[in-house]
Amino acid sequence: MITVERLTKTYGGFRAVDDVSFTAQPGRVTGFLGPNGAGKTTTMRVMVGLTPPTSGSVTINGRSYHDIPNPGRHVGVLLDASAQHAGRTGREILTVGAKTMGLPVARVDEMLAMVSLSDGEAKRRLRNYSLGMKQRLGIAHALLGDPSVLILDEPANGLDPAGIRWMRSLLKGYADRGGTVLLSSHLLHEVELIADEMILIGNGTIVAQGDKASLMAMDGNVSAVASSLDNEALAAALTRRGVAVSAEGQTLRAACSPEDVGRAALEAGIVLTDLRSGAAGLEDLFLELTASTQREGNVQTEGAPA
Amino acid sequence: MSATSAETNPAPSHRTSLDLGDAERRIPLGRLVAVELRKTADTRAGRWLLGIIVGITAAIMVIFFAISDADDRVFGNFIGVAATPQGFVLPVLGILLVTSEWGQRTAMVTFALEPSRSRVIGAKVIAALIWGLGAFVAAIAIGALVTVLGGASNGFEGLEVSVFALFLGLQLLTILQGLAYGLIFLNTPAAIVTFFVAPVASQLIFNLVPALRDSAPWLDLATAQSALFTAFGPEGAGLTGEEYAQLGTTALIWIVLPFVAGWIRVMRAELK
Repeated sequence: MITVERLTKTYGGFRAVDDVSFTAQPGRVTGFLGPNGAGKTTTMRVMVGLTPPTSGSVTINGRSYHDIPNPGRHVGVLLDASAQHAGRTGREILTVGAKTMGLPVARVDEMLAMVSLSDGEAKRRLRNYSLGMKQRLGIAHALLGDPSVLILDEPANGLDPAGIRWMRSLLKGYADRGGTVLLSSHLLHEVELIADEMILIGNGTIVAQGDKASLMAMDGNVSAVASSLDNEALAAALTRRGVAVSAEGQTLRAACSPEDVGRAALEAGIVLTDLRSGAAGLEDLFLELTASTQREGNVQTEGAPA
Repeated sequence: MSATSAETNPAPSHRTSLDLGDAERRIPLGRLVAVELRKTADTRAGRWLLGIIVGITAAIMVIFFAISDADDRVFGNFIGVAATPQGFVLPVLGILLVTSEWGQRTAMVTFALEPSRSRVIGAKVIAALIWGLGAFVAAIAIGALVTVLGGASNGFEGLEVSVFALFLGLQLLTILQGLAYGLIFLNTPAAIVTFFVAPVASQLIFNLVPALRDSAPWLDLATAQSALFTAFGPEGAGLTGEEYAQLGTTALIWIVLPFVAGWIRVMRAELK
């Protein structure tokens, strides 16, 4: 379990992390989401003692990172897959880690097999690795000491779709066996499929947290998207019920639940060809919540392409 | 994993097919030193550097053998000529022990596995001293071989332990000096350039400025150490108490203070 309590980190006048508190529970995958520069990496660096916090604290299984003996055996860390010596082979990088933690060298082979790096690939030097291979090696390094907690910064970065699926099942299985997983990403779709819990950070502060359902519930605007054999009649029927309707290409967007649209269509005898919730979705919520930190300025959250 | 830690850390340990041993003990210093020694030699660049140290030692002895008179081809002289080239390469080894961790950003991994930065620096110091000792042993071995093969008939006569102790002491000091500069700059080119340029600049200033000339033995490392070569030469009579004090102050200024400053810098450094 990772507990972050009122963590603040300032650089001069800039608050990179501002009063951040959250926990990552054992048995769950916690997604740490935010745009670039939101403070994810800084928070994770503080967790493993590489950056001193300005105030606040982080404990892992109740202990500060500095007080964990042989921390590689308790906490698996991957902050930057490229932060390894370019002249070492993949196997040597894992061997150095294993020797430091006091693990048998056979553990290296076990981990290489687990992340599907072949013998030939393991003998190559890191400078000849693709980003995806570096990520696999980094995940192998994080798992070497059979830790109970995993802290991974952008682990899906550079992985191909098959690699992302592989990592997803790996982390899911890891959490199912009782491990704590905290992984960061700036891409929602990477995280929403595996994360049991999501923490949204923007501008150094947490803007929302919870599971997917509770985050969706934060979106107060009920709307439905519908199309029918006679959109004009459907629009008229909804307007008669006092529902605001707007045309969206071949579909209608109505400011009511899909159920209400269905009832209106039934009464008016109109055949519906498509009907679904028009809620903005997590992606838009994510953009909206972190909008103040987006470099693109005004982010259009309504009328997003379906 | 013990029963108590299994309660607090619900690790998915059944996944492991190996006995991974005790996780509740600090990493022993000996293991950290072994890892540092391994990290020096596990890249092509590192192996080249170690090879160069041995190669340059052998080469200079062979050159000395070729150009010296038969009477001068004694063991002590072979060791003596190895001091200078080793003094150039060993500090680079000390510098790289530290700076490669920053240049390659492996310090992030090293300090994540051993959060006590003092212990990591300590392990690096011990590893550096072991490499210095290794270079000394290599010089002794190659020197002995050359003396046996083609040295003067009295090649091993009149050996004094103090000369060898001096040689070893200087090598270890110079490697520590390299390490200190590496800690201060955390950058390979800056540390190497400073290591070689600063003493030359210092010597120039102390020799050219008349007002400073008298204080040179107390402040300039090369001037203070030059006393060693005459004191322990063929006609040497050992060092005076004053000369020992001068060696001490210059070592403090050039080696100990930079080392402390570098240590403090690493303790405070933020790793990115």
